[in-house]
Amino acid sequence: MAECHPVGFQWVMEAKARGARIFHIDPRFTRTSAMAHRHLPIRAGSDIVLLGALINHVLSGGHDFREYVLRYTNASVILSEDFQDTEDLDGLFSGYDAESSSYDPETWAYAGGEQEAPAAGARDEQQKGDDPDKGTGRPPGPIRQEHGPGATYEATSSQTGHADERDETLRHPRCVYQVLKRHFARYTPELVEQVCGIAPEDFAELADAVVANSGRDRTTAWVYSVGWTQHTVGAQYIRTASILQLLLGNIGRPGGGILALRGHASIQGSTDIPTLFNLLPGYLPMPYAHHHEDLDTYLERAAGDTGFWGRKRSFMVSLLKAWWGDAATEENDFCFDYLPRLTGDHGTYTTVLDQIDGKVKGYFLLGENPAVGSASGRLQRLGLAALDWLVVRDLQLIESATFWKNSPEIETGELTPEGIGTEVFFLPAASHVEKDGTFTNTQRLLQWHHKAIEPPDDARSDLWFIYHLGLRIRERLAGSADPVDRPVLDLTWDYPEEGPYHDPSAEAVLREINGYDADGTVLSGFTALKDDGSTSCGCWIYSGCYTDGVNQTARRKPGSEQSWVAPEWGWAWPSNRRILYNRASADPQGRPWSERKAYVWWDGEQWTGHDVPDFEKTKPPSYEPPPDATAEAALAGTDPFIMQTDGKAWLFVPRGLVDGPLPAHYEPHESPVPNLLYKQQGNPVRQTFQRPGNRYGPVGSDVYPYVFTTYRLTEHHTAGGMSRFLPYLSELQPEMFCEVSPELAAERGLVHGDWATVISARTAIEARVLVTDRVRPLRIQGRVIHQIGLPYHWGSAGAVRGDSVNDLLPIVLDANTHIQESKAATCDIRPGRRPQGPALRALVRRYRRMAGIPED
Amino acid sequence: MVPRAEFRSYYGRPILKKPRWKAPHMPGYLYLGGLSGASSTMAALADATGRPRLALTGRITAAAAGTAGAGLLVAELGRPERFLNMLRVFKPTSPMSVGSWILAGQGGFTMAAAASAVTGIAPGLGRAAGAAAAVTGPLVATYTGVLLADTAVPAWHEAYRHLPLLFAGSSLASGGAAGMIATPRGEAGPARRMALLGAGLELAAAGALERGVGLHEHPELIAEPYRTGRAGALLRAGRALTVAGAIGAVAASRSRAAGVVAGLALTGGALCTRFAVLYAGHASAEGPKYTVVPQRERRTVA
Amino acid sequence: MSNSLYGPLPDVAEDAGYTDAPERRGFFTDTSVCIGCKACEVACKEWNAVPDDGFALTGMSYDNTGALGASTWRHVAFVEQTRPRQVGDGSDTRWLMASDVCKHCTHAACLDVCPTGALIRTEFATVVVQSDVCNGCAYCVSACPYGVIDRREDDGRAWKCTLCYDRIGDGLEPACAKACPTDSIQYGPLDELRERARTRLDALHEEGVTEARLYGEDDGDGVGGAGAFFLLLDEPEVYGLPPDPVVTTRDLPAMWKWAGGAALALAGGVALSFLGRR
Repeated sequence: MAECHPVGFQWVMEAKARGARIFHIDPRFTRTSAMAHRHLPIRAGSDIVLLGALINHVLSGGHDFREYVLRYTNASVILSEDFQDTEDLDGLFSGYDAESSSYDPETWAYAGGEQEAPAAGARDEQQKGDDPDKGTGRPPGPIRQEHGPGATYEATSSQTGHADERDETLRHPRCVYQVLKRHFARYTPELVEQVCGIAPEDFAELADAVVANSGRDRTTAWVYSVGWTQHTVGAQYIRTASILQLLLGNIGRPGGGILALRGHASIQGSTDIPTLFNLLPGYLPMPYAHHHEDLDTYLERAAGDTGFWGRKRSFMVSLLKAWWGDAATEENDFCFDYLPRLTGDHGTYTTVLDQIDGKVKGYFLLGENPAVGSASGRLQRLGLAALDWLVVRDLQLIESATFWKNSPEIETGELTPEGIGTEVFFLPAASHVEKDGTFTNTQRLLQWHHKAIEPPDDARSDLWFIYHLGLRIRERLAGSADPVDRPVLDLTWDYPEEGPYHDPSAEAVLREINGYDADGTVLSGFTALKDDGSTSCGCWIYSGCYTDGVNQTARRKPGSEQSWVAPEWGWAWPSNRRILYNRASADPQGRPWSERKAYVWWDGEQWTGHDVPDFEKTKPPSYEPPPDATAEAALAGTDPFIMQTDGKAWLFVPRGLVDGPLPAHYEPHESPVPNLLYKQQGNPVRQTFQRPGNRYGPVGSDVYPYVFTTYRLTEHHTAGGMSRFLPYLSELQPEMFCEVSPELAAERGLVHGDWATVISARTAIEARVLVTDRVRPLRIQGRVIHQIGLPYHWGSAGAVRGDSVNDLLPIVLDANTHIQESKAATCDIRPGRRPQGPALRALVRRYRRMAGIPED
Repeated sequence: MVPRAEFRSYYGRPILKKPRWKAPHMPGYLYLGGLSGASSTMAALADATGRPRLALTGRITAAAAGTAGAGLLVAELGRPERFLNMLRVFKPTSPMSVGSWILAGQGGFTMAAAASAVTGIAPGLGRAAGAAAAVTGPLVATYTGVLLADTAVPAWHEAYRHLPLLFAGSSLASGGAAGMIATPRGEAGPARRMALLGAGLELAAAGALERGVGLHEHPELIAEPYRTGRAGALLRAGRALTVAGAIGAVAASRSRAAGVVAGLALTGGALCTRFAVLYAGHASAEGPKYTVVPQRERRTVA
Repeated sequence: MSNSLYGPLPDVAEDAGYTDAPERRGFFTDTSVCIGCKACEVACKEWNAVPDDGFALTGMSYDNTGALGASTWRHVAFVEQTRPRQVGDGSDTRWLMASDVCKHCTHAACLDVCPTGALIRTEFATVVVQSDVCNGCAYCVSACPYGVIDRREDDGRAWKCTLCYDRIGDGLEPACAKACPTDSIQYGPLDELRERARTRLDALHEEGVTEARLYGEDDGDGVGGAGAFFLLLDEPEVYGLPPDPVVTTRDLPAMWKWAGGAALALAGGVALSFLGRR
């Protein structure tokens, strides 16, 4: 966190100054470790074992926060008799279909009750036999949907919302609590030592600290970043942490939670109003290309009827009204048919492979540098080189715009500039100081930034670009009678223009996102949204950010002039709530769990407290829903998790995850060791792509004996577009390097400051060697495992240049999120620089032959 | 006994900045300033004691060396065109400021004296200027010791007693050498004696410096740069040349040629000494131990 | 002037000739909370338009700027230390990070020796180079006991931290302090900072961080106390700082005495040489 979020890390330092104990769990000793009380080096890709062992510690020691667990989670729900655990099936859950490598979640359902619908994740699923596309790299079978990384406030459907069978004593062998207990029983400190490389006494220190610091009076927070998400089991890492935090009562309470740190400014914003292929604004699922799906059938699948997702129709209709305005009417389903439809996984990696296969002709890159920043860089560049046209909008001439002349493939002779047919349009972009707009940070906090200066020369904001591109396209289409052009021509595309470059007003866009009623009056929040077309709203969770016609996101009242929750700094979705599900900060009767941790409470008449209550203001704790209630009225006064169909947090997830209702440890796709827990080595539903250029190293290979993990440095920004071109940042970390332990350096003859070549099954790169005690070998399953640290910022352009680490990575994805596994893979390392030109490919082939990998 | 402080450093990097003053400018200036200073005093006394050739030699040498030295000084500035900024203020805390004013006086006096001597114009004024230069001369020759010592460089700062004496001796020898080279044997007696006296003082001061005699803190360590490396080699070469020059100066009473050779040897010795002092300073600044160890010990004791 | 070369100096600006000067300003750099982000280095360069210092990997942990210099006015040192592990003792690896800067000494050798008056004492008692006056004599470079100031060779002039003279005059804090996310760099009236530093030191000692110590806060030290002082977690030299620097001009009177004596010796030597007949 100190490495990649130094500004946010000030709050950790503040907490430390107030007595918080900081643990840092990371393969390497980083700048964060330097500030922590304790650093626990861990083998990359083994976190579920560590977290699972903590869960086991809590459950077997009776340390769970019983009242919280009983009342606020689904711990007491009894599961179907058909459910079988990984403990029963050696690493598989019931419902697995080996042929399609996928799960049918039917057996994961609650006993007796109707099927719960997820608040996030797989929704609007493909119906079997309704399969529009089989060529996406995924095996045929049900195609699933993802949710944006870090999304926390998402839809749940379900017809009922309440499980019929519960055991409040938590003793029933099929109740979630007992299932959980059995599931994690083998996740012991000894296993942690064997799999993670963490000594039992270190584990005990962590476990004791976490337990001691949780309960009525204290809360523990977990902070993670892409070290958890970029795995083939990434979503389940976060799930494991969620289970632990729920058992300890650390969700919805001050000082608790699981904090996702994002990779860029406003990545949270780009999942809220998504740049993801399978989400609409506000975590509504993108519709699939089902036959004859209309708005009603979409909504049936999109989310549950109970809990706040029960208002899904008003969210969706208001969104369609925001986009198509007067053209969207009750009669035409509010233009629901104007929405594009999904036909499969259209994530970035499958798209790139489709580029290589000639299925994608044109591509827009807005502020992204996949030639350096995405896994398997060579395939990324080969994909770009196979396009007809490419538009790159960036601050600098990044590698993704100049690959045709300076990519490593030009050096190896695989590509030649004259042989590449891609027409590249580079359009310089405005930086954040050159445009108005918001950043949404990981705390869901929207903060407005004002334009300080006009952008130089031809540089323009993305907003300008999209708006004017739209204007020009509409101009071309004007008068068209072809119905296929209607969605574009009917769009509401009229924003006031400002300044010398005719920038569309960003405030007007924010106002549209906030929403207004038929008279154009700005709405006060999402509860004002209507499902009859009388309101419009660009993103329901953002509704309220422009309340009273005031840009709430631009508020900057200093912390010293307001309460410690600081509600008047910016604006947090939803409804300016700073902690989600904060009803859980009070006990079922509505009283704070403790004075020390008082946050919101029931004062006899209404919910009140330091924050905006994340609950209906006047719904008393005693409220019991009538039998056929819908939406939030179907939840009791003791149900804090108001987006869930049952108002409970799900320790066990019956629906919504494609790889199992509970987290289980699977080894990374490329791993030096077998899975000690199950016969099932890797996540059974991970997305693999066996094809030329994307070969995988075998498990336990002597040819690729070392683990490498990629990361960022404070001094650079991701793929370097914002840092490697700036001298002030480049001088601080001028060269690509690898971090190795003194032991590995001795084993391989690596010399501090000299060069080394790192070879994976994909390619080889060179790096300067930093030999440091901050990287330690770990003893795993009785043998020494070396890990190599590789920062991934460099490329073939910029003030400082170097080989790109992401070239080493394979494309292998988490099936929930389609996120690549970049935190753990295998390689070899040897002293000296890599071969140049065609000899580089020859070296990589030689290694592959030695490892017995099929030739490209 | 106080336990020896453990020496640690930041990756072996120097704490101090290596002086930007470099060869040949700085040692050349030290030599020329010294030569000018000693020569101007020699000229005035030669004039007063009726040694016209020696006086002429002294006046011309003083003016020429002073001018050349000032030229080197200007050339070493980062912004030579701003050399006049040296006379923008008079700052007693800055040896370079004080030196600049002395040097300005020395330059004016020696130029006037030499011009008068060469052209014969205004001999009275020339003589007065020469007398004035006889006063500024020794200051020009020795203030440079303060110039170097008033720095953080341990080998220079700790040697603040030695450097003025070393430069005084060396300058005396250089002046004498010039006199021996350019003046007939008959008038060169004082020059020979200057050479001998100067050589003696130079050898004594340099020897003390090498051995650390008279250095306060950690004499062995602080003096190390004078014994080792390039500075050590130059100092040893300088000593050989100076000794040879001194022997030659004795012989010079009987042989003009011996006088010329002795003069050249002493000049070489003086140059070697000046270069050695510069390089010792560089080495002293670049080795963190020279900075850390004495300071560390001081703190431990305190 | 009696006391102004060495020793404690209660009012530095007044000593420099200011009347009604504002409180002395300075930096307190608390390295115990430095996370090594180098925002100070970058913010300094951005604000002061300092050029880059070259692109070279040093291999010195994450420090690739190496030291303070003409084009690096804030420098973050990185020290990796591995200690034998002790029970109950946090971690066996320490990674010290510390942002170094010009000390703005009470007795500033650079300022003392500057022959042109380019280096001045400001009303805030800081030390600043006037780049329109400096002629690049480089005396200050050798005089600084911390190795801070240096001459930029392509430019010919000496440069160093100005404590953002142009910002503090407008009531802003220096760029580095503004950018520092953890308040490792604190700017303010020196007396206030010293008090804060002592409180922090006591707190750390109470926490068992006995190795914490202040550096440069003492009026009685060799430079009369620094305007920019530090809280360190190890010996100063571990960070590349001199353990006990002394302003060189402390000995200036003695130096002049010895030089005067040497000048007399020279003159006497010449005179002696003329005593003989030949």
